[in-house]
Amino acid sequence: MKKSIRLITSSIIASSILLLAGCGKNIVSTSNQLSENKTPTETNVNLTISAAASLKESLEEIKTIYAKEAPSTTLTYNFGSSGTLQQQIEQGANADIFISAAKKQMDTLDSKNLIMKDSRKDFLINDVVLVTPKNSSSITSFNDLTSDKTKIIALGEPKSVPAGEYAEEVFTKLGILDKVKTKVVYGKDVKEVLTWVETGNADAGVVYETDAKVSAKVKVIAVASSDSHKPIVYPAAIIKSSSNVDAAKKFMKFLNDDKARGVFEKYGFKLAQN
Amino acid sequence: MIFDFSPLWISCKTALTTAIITFFLGIGAAWFMSRRKGSFKVFLDAIFTLPMVLPPTVLGFFLLLIFGKNGPFGKLLFAIGIKLIFSWPATVIAATVVAFPLMYKTTCGAFEQIDKNISNAARTLGVSEWRIFWTITIPLAWPGIAAGTVLSFARALGEFGATLMLAGNIPGKTQTIPIAIFFAVEGGDMSTALYWVLIIFLLSLAVIFSTNYWSSHGTRFINSGAKD
Repeated sequence: MKKSIRLITSSIIASSILLLAGCGKNIVSTSNQLSENKTPTETNVNLTISAAASLKESLEEIKTIYAKEAPSTTLTYNFGSSGTLQQQIEQGANADIFISAAKKQMDTLDSKNLIMKDSRKDFLINDVVLVTPKNSSSITSFNDLTSDKTKIIALGEPKSVPAGEYAEEVFTKLGILDKVKTKVVYGKDVKEVLTWVETGNADAGVVYETDAKVSAKVKVIAVASSDSHKPIVYPAAIIKSSSNVDAAKKFMKFLNDDKARGVFEKYGFKLAQN
Repeated sequence: MIFDFSPLWISCKTALTTAIITFFLGIGAAWFMSRRKGSFKVFLDAIFTLPMVLPPTVLGFFLLLIFGKNGPFGKLLFAIGIKLIFSWPATVIAATVVAFPLMYKTTCGAFEQIDKNISNAARTLGVSEWRIFWTITIPLAWPGIAAGTVLSFARALGEFGATLMLAGNIPGKTQTIPIAIFFAVEGGDMSTALYWVLIIFLLSLAVIFSTNYWSSHGTRFINSGAKD
């Protein structure tokens, strides 16, 4: 009996030490950050940016540029489908800026009074393309998707992934949506769709032109004409509950500067006229 | 909009098939391990238990590597015309891999609980190993086996990560209840998500109640000795 009490007590002590060590680490690191500041007037700010998955590569490059521009601001990215990110923000997630791949998600947040309305800006334009694995040759157009040669088509889940929403609009315009739906597998974000096509597990997929550009394992078969879907515009806004509004405003301004614009253009985005 | 009930049928089909497969696989593996001793046994035991410890997404990734178009098994199957990824059998494979350790470990424990004197006494009377297995081991281990089956059914019913990676989200084909809930929430459709949560809750309760009854029926062999 004594032995087991000792065992239980020692394991409780051990686990509480581990827990406290975990909490203590956070406190120590923040105080370290504060004490490391060279400029006593600027406090270290951590900006959390929830951005659509298709912005991954371009924003990562912008992070390294911004680190030199504003060294006291640390950027933390949260990539996902715009629907997922919108849900997270609605449920109270700690984001400072939200960049969506479609108006729908931003409009929903706007209607729920979760964004700073005057900070909202449309800043990028994209296109959707039909892609296939690099060495595939059986598909030559959107209409080929209805043939028996295409067994599995990867699309973003339309309710939460804008790329899936745009794809559905394109198929509706072409009149092949029902046929396509019998072969669809839905991904939770556009990067997942891209991976399925890259690995050959899907015969074809619809992703953004910018996603196809960064991948060496897919080839673009066709670009959806701009009249077959709603304009693909990426709005950005500051979240109302943000505790770093000044830093957020500064970053939003940076995104519209020439340096950042150059990066986006390099990755294949077009710039929205403001 | 008509409520799409297909996730219910798919989940039930998958969980039931998985429960049946793991029932035989788990008992077989536990029986195989009970006859073994030594360091190879320890190694095998670790392999069998591994899927319980690894995150489902890691398992899904491994399965995708193995069964995907570029994987060793995938290439073989593709050569005979079977495409496993994004098909209903893939849901069963993913669920079986995650549920197997539960059945295996529970059955192992149940086998170890059996008093060796009973089976040894049977051996002295000349009973074959096979008959000992069916008439002594299985009835005595029954509560553990029943518990293991319930656990693997429940685990298969709730499997999400590995299923999503291997079988994907294809409504009407591979969209199980957990996947339907996830995508309903992602798409903002909270009411659909709540309906599915309620359905899966009731389903799980029903299964647990019926299997508890089933396993208590089996303990009559064990409890009857105390009445003497």
